[in-house]
Amino acid sequence: MTAKHALRFGALGYLALLLLLPVGLVFYRTFEHGFHPAWAAVTNPQAQHALWLTLIIAAIAVPANTLFGVVLAIALVRHRFPGRGLVNAVVDLPLALSPVVVGLALYLLYGTGGWLGGLAGHGIKILFALPGMTLATIFVSLPFVVREVVPVLREIGTDQEQAAETLGAAPFTTFRRITLPAIRWAVGYGVVLTTARAIGEFGAVSIVSGRIEGKTETLPLYVQSQFEGFNTTGAFAACVVLALIALATVLAMRMFRPNDASLAMPFGGRGGSAGTAVLTRFGRRKGYGAESNVVKEEA
Amino acid sequence: MGITVVEVTKKFGDFVALDDVSVAIPEGSLTALLGPSGSGKSTLLRVIAGLEEPDGGQVLLGDDDVTHQPARARGVGMVFQHYAAFKHMTVWENVAFGLKVRKRPKPEIANRVHELLELVQLEGLAKRYPAQLSGGQRQRMALARALAVDPEVLLLDEPFGALDARVRKELRAWLRRLHDEVHVTTIIVTHDQEEAMEVAGQIVVINQGRVEQVGTPRELYDSPANEFVMSFVGPVNKIGDTFVRPRDISLSLEPDGESTEAMVERVVHLGFEVRAELVRDDGQHLLAQLTQEEAQALELERGLIVYVKPSRQTVFTR
Amino acid sequence: MATSAAVPVSRPGAVLGRAGGGLARGIAVGYLSLIVLVPLAALVWSSRSQGLHTFWHEVTKPEASSALKLTLGVSVLVAAFNAVTGTAIAWVLVRDSFPGKGIVNAVIDLPFALPTVVAGLVLLELYGPSSPFGVDVAFQRTGLVLALLFVTLPFVVRAVQPVLLELDREMEEAAESLGAGRLAVFRRIVFPNLLPAILSGVALAFARAVGEFGSVVLISGNIPFKTEVSSVYIAGQIESGNPAGAAAVSVLLLLISLGVLLAIGAFRHWRTRHDR
Repeated sequence: MTAKHALRFGALGYLALLLLLPVGLVFYRTFEHGFHPAWAAVTNPQAQHALWLTLIIAAIAVPANTLFGVVLAIALVRHRFPGRGLVNAVVDLPLALSPVVVGLALYLLYGTGGWLGGLAGHGIKILFALPGMTLATIFVSLPFVVREVVPVLREIGTDQEQAAETLGAAPFTTFRRITLPAIRWAVGYGVVLTTARAIGEFGAVSIVSGRIEGKTETLPLYVQSQFEGFNTTGAFAACVVLALIALATVLAMRMFRPNDASLAMPFGGRGGSAGTAVLTRFGRRKGYGAESNVVKEEA
Repeated sequence: MGITVVEVTKKFGDFVALDDVSVAIPEGSLTALLGPSGSGKSTLLRVIAGLEEPDGGQVLLGDDDVTHQPARARGVGMVFQHYAAFKHMTVWENVAFGLKVRKRPKPEIANRVHELLELVQLEGLAKRYPAQLSGGQRQRMALARALAVDPEVLLLDEPFGALDARVRKELRAWLRRLHDEVHVTTIIVTHDQEEAMEVAGQIVVINQGRVEQVGTPRELYDSPANEFVMSFVGPVNKIGDTFVRPRDISLSLEPDGESTEAMVERVVHLGFEVRAELVRDDGQHLLAQLTQEEAQALELERGLIVYVKPSRQTVFTR
Repeated sequence: MATSAAVPVSRPGAVLGRAGGGLARGIAVGYLSLIVLVPLAALVWSSRSQGLHTFWHEVTKPEASSALKLTLGVSVLVAAFNAVTGTAIAWVLVRDSFPGKGIVNAVIDLPFALPTVVAGLVLLELYGPSSPFGVDVAFQRTGLVLALLFVTLPFVVRAVQPVLLELDREMEEAAESLGAGRLAVFRRIVFPNLLPAILSGVALAFARAVGEFGSVVLISGNIPFKTEVSSVYIAGQIESGNPAGAAAVSVLLLLISLGVLLAIGAFRHWRTRHDR
């Protein structure tokens, strides 16, 4: 066995033991006793409510972060303003911050004695209710659309936008006809990531929800409560639902960017030498990298 | 050290890059591998360097069969089209690299690097990083780096291809002089016939993975082995089955028995040389090359009727 | 593509016009403040308002400091381990070829997409009390490390992979032709060019490990002084009605996150140092 093979099998073995076997085993355990117990476990009212709540939160958080993500990206790339560096850093913060800290920050802000704790007295219930859980979800999933759109906006530059302007297009027309088509794949990709994070968020939501069964329990919280209540079938079945969503996410990611290596990497992790000449030699190098995306986006 | 390539074949998937290639490169020569892109010339160079292993055949450096030796054991110096500069190292560190991996003593390395930077005129830039150099400077650094290890053979893969025309010309002349000084057996790969003719003592013309002809620049120009070589090493007129160089078309204002009538379509003045584009009655287009005096004597201009005849022509039997 | 690096920006208002630009900026900053900055300010204010003394008292409580030490210790371990395995996996994905490579490449993203609590549960099932292999690391530090390795897996791989893809192969060939052996080529040519990317990935993995909650909450058992990490400690303090204690430790985690972001900025700056 050569060094090359040793490295290959080492890497694949590590991935199998850490990723594939555990996930596979849960699928197996869920359907071990047939399809029906699993189906019953995810169709009971409590599970249904958890799934429904999860989807509602995602349905609010994802569009909000998509819309504001695009606006934020444009502001960061195309405009200079005081505090731009700070905004840039703050956008990255949710990726590096513990979800528990996020949950606590919201808990302190909207809780009794918090700056906005008075809202509850006016009948606006944020903590231990849908608004708080949604705010927590928006917080943790905020960076994804911004971080996907920013590098693409940089790559496309302003030539096309200026050309449209010289041809008499109004600013909004330029945005709709030129900028938006160019960034739509990046936006779509960011949406996929945002959705995955919104559906799967656990720590932050766990703290602001108060975890009231049948009321403020999302599907990830349901997994934990069922597991701790020794209903492993219920926990596993919910896990499988979430894992299937995750697999769909991974597939969607590949569809958006089949060749990109740095998928899902925060902080614009894509190698990002858009200007690097890609030298082709027989079977040596393919048109990987940022340029191929741009070409695809224009196609 | 001479290089002998014997019946080398190399495939990439279904693509045959080298098809039974045999070439002998004499010791101390400067040989050009000339061919269009995709002809296999770079592959041949990489096989000689040890960067590709041939599917069949042999490579000999001197009398040693090195076919299955890795590049690091062959003692060749290689210069790449895109410089392959070690961008995380300074110019000095780049040039010293080969000596460092050979674990030469430090004073020796310092002396040798100094000597080479002087040779390639980069003494003042030793502490710069490659990104801070111009293309020409980067390529001279790459050359110094390849020469640092005292290679038996120097291999240059389209070394001037990425440079602009003026720098390319300068570096060619400089390479020629360098070779006269250093005398290391050198192979240069190029798709530019002018570059090959200007620099090399011997040219190997390669097309579709096969050697078409080996010879001096003059031999290739004056007695090309076939149609491909004829048209690749210089401009050519094809009249039926015969080939005529633009230089070998003579023009006169009076007809004689063998000449045919043609009209001047366009005259291009390139300093000393003048090019005339002509069209014959039968629609055949011709390119003629004249000196300025000749053109003046004829008062060559657009619309003029002239009588042309080839002073020298070539027919290839198929 | 460095997000914080200075890039030439065309004259303002190219996209949305001058007035639209101002509006976009206002909305962007307002949204960010409302969602991110105000809550974090509330957190810092709440820990500060009780005085530095209380803050210090809370973070030096034996349980809190033990959790913090454990968190930093396992995070350093996990990040360092990722430096090696992540680089190796990236290498295999870029330089090796084998059937099914595309699938393996896609699977790397799974920890990004899989909810953390699911990750914790699946690991507990395979390496817990009912493990089919008979390997039980539940409620042990090993289990904690395992969960963190799972969730941090993609960071180094995805940081290194694009750099490796774009690395000029001719550099390696040139080194080889100059007499460098395989190890020397890796050590002197490839590694120095990958190092900034490796460090960026390691920093991200470290930040993730420090803050991780969902995947460790089930498998670690949360035993104080043994397997309880800071995020779990914070959650516990909230539940037991000590938000001051939770806030103090949270501010420390927030500072670590900010430090990591700064470090990543520095690595990125360093990565492009030879191109300036």
